Amino acid sequence: MNTIKKYLGLVWIALAVYSYSILLKTAIERMKLVPTTDTIIQWSIFAIIFLPIAIGFVMFGWMAFKGAYDHLPASSDEVED
Amino acid sequence: MQSTAEKKQIRKVIFASSVGTLIEWYDFYIFGSLAPIIASQFFPKTNPTAALLSTLATFAAGFIVRPFGALVFGRLGDMVGRKYTFLLTLILMGGSTFAIGLVPGYDSIGFAAPLIVLLLRLVQGLALGGEYGGAATYVAEHSPAERRGYYTSWIQTTATLGLLLSLGIILITRKSLAPNDADSIKAFEDWGWRIPFWFSVVLVGMSIYIRLKMHESPLFSKLKAEGKTSKNPIKESLMHKGNLKMVLLSLFGATMGQGVVWYTGQFYAQTFLETACKVDFEQTRTILIWAIIFATPLFIFFGNLSDKIGRKWIIMAGLFLAVISYRPIYTKMLAVASTKEVVLDESKTKIERVITPANGKDHSIQTTTTVRLYQNGITEKLVHKDTLYASGLEKPESIDKLSKELPDEGYWTMVVLIFVQIVFVTMVYGPIAAFLVEIFPTKIRYTSMSLPYHLGNGVFGGMTPFIAVLLGTLYAGDVLVGLWYPIAIAVVCLVIGTIYLSNKIDPEVND
Repeated sequence: MNTIKKYLGLVWIALAVYSYSILLKTAIERMKLVPTTDTIIQWSIFAIIFLPIAIGFVMFGWMAFKGAYDHLPASSDEVED
Repeated sequence: MQSTAEKKQIRKVIFASSVGTLIEWYDFYIFGSLAPIIASQFFPKTNPTAALLSTLATFAAGFIVRPFGALVFGRLGDMVGRKYTFLLTLILMGGSTFAIGLVPGYDSIGFAAPLIVLLLRLVQGLALGGEYGGAATYVAEHSPAERRGYYTSWIQTTATLGLLLSLGIILITRKSLAPNDADSIKAFEDWGWRIPFWFSVVLVGMSIYIRLKMHESPLFSKLKAEGKTSKNPIKESLMHKGNLKMVLLSLFGATMGQGVVWYTGQFYAQTFLETACKVDFEQTRTILIWAIIFATPLFIFFGNLSDKIGRKWIIMAGLFLAVISYRPIYTKMLAVASTKEVVLDESKTKIERVITPANGKDHSIQTTTTVRLYQNGITEKLVHKDTLYASGLEKPESIDKLSKELPDEGYWTMVVLIFVQIVFVTMVYGPIAAFLVEIFPTKIRYTSMSLPYHLGNGVFGGMTPFIAVLLGTLYAGDVLVGLWYPIAIAVVCLVIGTIYLSNKIDPEVND
């Protein structure tokens, strides 16, 4: 199971990068196609809001790949390490 | 075993926490439930879709700031205490809700109106971001280990009951402003929509009174007495690798999927009923109300069950069922409200024309209402407006309003279809508070659990109706295209949760 967790980490990194690039591409296309304030605000919000989440997903994938989830903490002492 | 006194005490804790949280959800949802009216009051009316999207964006803004509220108030709750923090969030929420009810419309004060509403909406989002984590933590820290899922599930009912309360108050107000329905609805759309916002003050006042009588969480009091509270909860939550990895796992393996299932079942379903199925305003709301009433006890059922079999598999089962059922459920919803290929009962078609002079202008408005009855029992109402000029020229208005009233069979089928979606909500949401509380240490619990909760629910979940509507405009040929967003998020969450999460119940949350 730990091997699956580890290599799936790479999948999460790829998925984060791919999803965010699709979002960004769509946002730019839509803003060019309909350059109204509404469109620009909406798509900018999407792009800004999902950026830290995409970064978080990359970090999650990286941690999984490095084996951080091979063992889940059994007590708060382990969480705080 | 708990003594009678302990049971009585925990009931008081649950009541005080739940009432306040329920009111906060009520405050938050009346805005969403009144989105079309708020759009017409506060946003330029040139294009109804743009107006609705603007409101939904404001709605989404309320959700997007929730994670910031989680950080600000979570920090406060981990440093000052749970009780005073969720008292403060209640006051902020109540104040901003009441104030929204006072803001003059766009016609009176122009661009200042949507701006003020947006700011107040942001305050609402911040307050909500601080409330839930406090209430869930407060109840969990009073609960015995073997009943934590059960007791915290009462807090979990509040979000749905807050929605129920908001729908109920809106329907009652909409019907009570004049002796006949048409005048009452007109009065509601003119000014009566403000009443549900004002009503919040009464509810919040009661809740503050109840909460002031409560004591601080025993676990937090102990930490504080020992001088072991966190000096910098945000840093400890996000900078300590051991804690950060659990924040990320909670988000991507549980709350992100839970958030989209919650908002699809209760908000997107409502939008879909009204905009895609064209079911009328009142039936849409009562369908949702019945489904919520029937499904709400299941929050307690699944919370209780999670004490026996663990939290993880109940949440994962809810995600799995949602993923495989959404498209069939929404296809059936469309079919129930469809009049395609259904024979029209021509003898019962009624057409009514009313001409209303436009005061001080050179034209009148002719409103033509056509009511048709189909053989499957659906009554369709089409309202069409024309502008009549003295010269005889007729210029059609841009909006034709179509709404359908379902017969009993169709109505109750819709109730069942929404009920099933809310059952999925109860599965993913009932055990989630206990699940989150058990992951994090007491001294940074408020901050740590609030963040994934509000990112999952605020960003992923709260954006569901907005993204679904947007997908619908991008790919106009497929009415169900909006569902791909919640389905995709739920699938990723299901895989991550199944592989990475543990089903073990933490017997000790005092550490």
